[in-house]
Amino acid sequence: MNKLKASVLMRHEVGLHARPSVKLTKLAKGFESKIDLGLSPDGPWIDAKSIVKVMATRAPKDSTIYFRAEGSDAKAALDALVMLVDGDFQDGP
Amino acid sequence: MTENVGIVIVSHSADVARGTAMMVEQMVGREVPLGWCGGDPDGGLGTSVEAIMAAIDRAWSEKGVAILVDLGGAETNSEMAIEMLPEPRRGRVVVCNAPVVEGAVMAATEAASGATLEAVRRTAEELTPA
Repeated sequence: MNKLKASVLMRHEVGLHARPSVKLTKLAKGFESKIDLGLSPDGPWIDAKSIVKVMATRAPKDSTIYFRAEGSDAKAALDALVMLVDGDFQDGP
Repeated sequence: MTENVGIVIVSHSADVARGTAMMVEQMVGREVPLGWCGGDPDGGLGTSVEAIMAAIDRAWSEKGVAILVDLGGAETNSEMAIEMLPEPRRGRVVVCNAPVVEGAVMAATEAASGATLEAVRRTAEELTPA
C-alpha cells in the first residue's frame, strides 16, 4: 500500500507544546492507519500516535509539520490532522 | 460501552495532586476516570493508604487503574493499598515508574484512546530514562 502525504504550516503561538501535542495524538489514535509525523519532508519520522514522541519534537511556531499515513482511512486521517493544525488546534486567541 | 483505564495521582501534597488532576482534565479531557489524593488528614504533607484506596475506587475501571506517584512513601503506600484491594481488583492496578505530572498526562492521553493497562503503563514509563 502506498503512503499518503500531507504538510501544514503550524502557526500556533507556542508551537507543538503540551496541549497541542495531546490534541494531535488523541486525534491520530482515532484512525486505524499508521501515521507518522516529521519536521522535514524526508523525516526523520515519529509515530504520531505516541504522545511521548510527539511532545518530544518541541516543534516551534511557524514549523511545517509533515504527515504520512498508510492504511484504510489514511486520507481521512491526513485531512483531519491538517485541519487540526491549520485550525490552530481549536484553541481560542 | 467503551471504558478507559483509570488514572490515580498520589502526591505528598494535596495541591500537587489536585493541580495534576486539573492538568489531566483540561489537557486530555474527562473521558478518563480520575482519582487523586495527597497530604495527611491534618493538612500536612504525606500520603495515606486509606486515601489511596478511596482514590482507586473513584477512578475504578474494569480495564484497570494506573497510579502515578511522587516520592518514597507515595510509592510504598500505593503498593500497600493495592495489596489491600479485594482479589478481583488487585491484579488490575499498577504503579507506574514515571514522573507524576508528566506521567499522568501521558498515561491519560494513552488511556483516552481505549488502550490496555499495560499500554498505558508503557507510555508513562517511556519518560523514565532506562
